[in-house]
Amino acid sequence: MKILVTVKEVAEAADDFEIEGTDIGEQFLEYDLNEWDDYAVEAAVQLSEEYDDVEVVSATIGPERAEETIRMALAKGVDRAIRVWDDDVAAADLDVAAKTRLFASVVEDEDPDLVLSGVQAADDGFGATGVSLADDIGFDWAAVVNHLETEDDLSTAHVHRELEGGVEELTDVDLPAVLTIQTGLNEPRYASLRGIRQAQSKEIAQFGLADLGLDADAVRSPLSRTEMYEPETESDATYFDGSADDQAAELADVLREKGVVAE
Amino acid sequence: MSDVLAVADHRRGVVRDVSLELVRAGRELADDLGGELHLAVIAGDVDGFADTLSLEGVDAIHTVDAGEEFNHDLYAGATAALFEELAPAAVLMPNSVNGLDYAPAVANSLDLPLVADAVGLSYDGGLEATREMYGSKVETTVEVSEEPFAVTVRSGEWPAVEETADVPIEAFEFDFDESTSGARVRGFEEVGAGDVDIADAEFLVSIGRGIEEEENIELIEELAEATGATLSSSRPIVDNGWLPKNRQVGQSGKQVTPDVYLAIGISGAVQHVAGMKGAETIIAINTDPNAPIFDIADYGIVGDLFDVVPALTEQFS
Ligand SMILES: Cc1cc2nc3c(=O)[nH]c(=O)nc-3n(C[C@H](O)[C@H](O)[C@H](O)COP(=O)(O)OP(=O)(O)OC[C@H]3O[C@@H](n4cnc5c(N)ncnc54)[C@H](O)[C@@H]3O)c2cc1C
Repeated sequence: MKILVTVKEVAEAADDFEIEGTDIGEQFLEYDLNEWDDYAVEAAVQLSEEYDDVEVVSATIGPERAEETIRMALAKGVDRAIRVWDDDVAAADLDVAAKTRLFASVVEDEDPDLVLSGVQAADDGFGATGVSLADDIGFDWAAVVNHLETEDDLSTAHVHRELEGGVEELTDVDLPAVLTIQTGLNEPRYASLRGIRQAQSKEIAQFGLADLGLDADAVRSPLSRTEMYEPETESDATYFDGSADDQAAELADVLREKGVVAE
Repeated sequence: MSDVLAVADHRRGVVRDVSLELVRAGRELADDLGGELHLAVIAGDVDGFADTLSLEGVDAIHTVDAGEEFNHDLYAGATAALFEELAPAAVLMPNSVNGLDYAPAVANSLDLPLVADAVGLSYDGGLEATREMYGSKVETTVEVSEEPFAVTVRSGEWPAVEETADVPIEAFEFDFDESTSGARVRGFEEVGAGDVDIADAEFLVSIGRGIEEEENIELIEELAEATGATLSSSRPIVDNGWLPKNRQVGQSGKQVTPDVYLAIGISGAVQHVAGMKGAETIIAINTDPNAPIFDIADYGIVGDLFDVVPALTEQFS
């Protein structure tokens, strides 16, 4: 069996940042493995430990810098990685449809039995690529999965989808499928030293559009970001200043005033 | 091609609030486009739901009487079929958990551009959507240069429409056999019951990822004990197994409405805020002055919880 995991390197804004044009200035961004993808990687690696002959391959759309993050996934047990990038991809505003086309080509090459993807990416929060991909490649799917068991013959996945308000939906999904993974599904491992060493020798294959049988049209997107700004605050909070002791004293007064503190 | 098709959300026999908000968002967009607002109601007691959704501003309701509950093949298929029939300029779906499970498939199968999790929409010759990025630290404007388009709408951003009206209801025939669907719903399970119901608490001291390590939770427990508060948390604390699920506040956890909600080391992600914005007084302690939690807080301390929390506990011992 082959499991493909989509792995995104996401940007996080520093506490103090400045917007430059339509994005946060590069110097204020820190990069990391997308939290939801970390759980997807763990799910894939656990399946590879549970069953014989499972290969876990990760797929990333991202620049060379992303290889650091990809190595992290490799260190956690991913067998080999694919990174999609070239000048046309770099120049494009990738929307869900463009990412779908790129991943669909990877799926066509790799022919996986299961695709795992994070529910959403922490930076742009579209939460749509996994299901869009499933529809595109004709796989079944389930979104927001926080519990996963597979039939021994790998014909079916029994999943829980985490709905709102503490309710879970119990669903059976035929494989091959795309599952979008919610945090809490498992406990993502830390990369061991041995894993980190081994990751250095694992393969990261880089593909451009031509390698995937695509041309620049595949990444042309009708969506464009035209503005970015800091949101206006809805409420005017009263801030407590001074030392931690001063702040705590003022806060204590408020709590007493509100009558919520037990005497 | 100027109409809007919006798809209602319901679960276990109840129309979900986001559906009433979709009516507002859909009506406003239809007004910008100069068209009609059509509502789709799929699965379950569609006639009952259609009655509930006969609201001011809706021009027509299309009921799809197939299946009992949400099934994404049914929703995606019926929405696409209705889309082909009505040829609207836009299809609006909720960014709910079910929306996450079918809206991207609708956009892909109809080859429509998709804007997900919109918090604002306007149309003036082209769609302009407002979205958040980087954990709600910034807002962006996204322009869409193609029509028709698909949008999913964040819940809680548009006021619900409640004024009833007499809306024509039409049954839309869509054949669906769930047994042939690749995903079959077996049932539902309630999770997160337990000894304490944080929804009853008057004073919640809530902890987020800022706490860093499990053993540091003791600091917060001491504060809760000294003040008689009930302990709750954001999701990562529960994901890590540091507190049980019944303590989780948010979209997938509990909705709480205490007199005071003290958020410590919680950034204020939308799914967290969804569960606690109804608190009477919100107080936040966070090292990041730009943390979105401060946008909804009444009182704020920009500071390190490891300094402020022990000092606060001291105030009550
Ligand atoms: C479908 C779905 C459903 C979800 N449901 C929920 C839900 O029900 N509830 C929920 O909470 N989340 C939910 N989430 C997750 C949500 O998106 C966020 O990931 C989560 O709320 C973040 O938790 P946090 O604020 O504790 O952590 P972070 O976002 O990591 O924030 C930690 C904060 O701590 C601050 N901090 C760090 N160190 C200190 C210090 N020493 N002193 C003071 N402050 C410090 C940081 O500045 C930061 O603001 C859901 C997500 C999805 C996709």
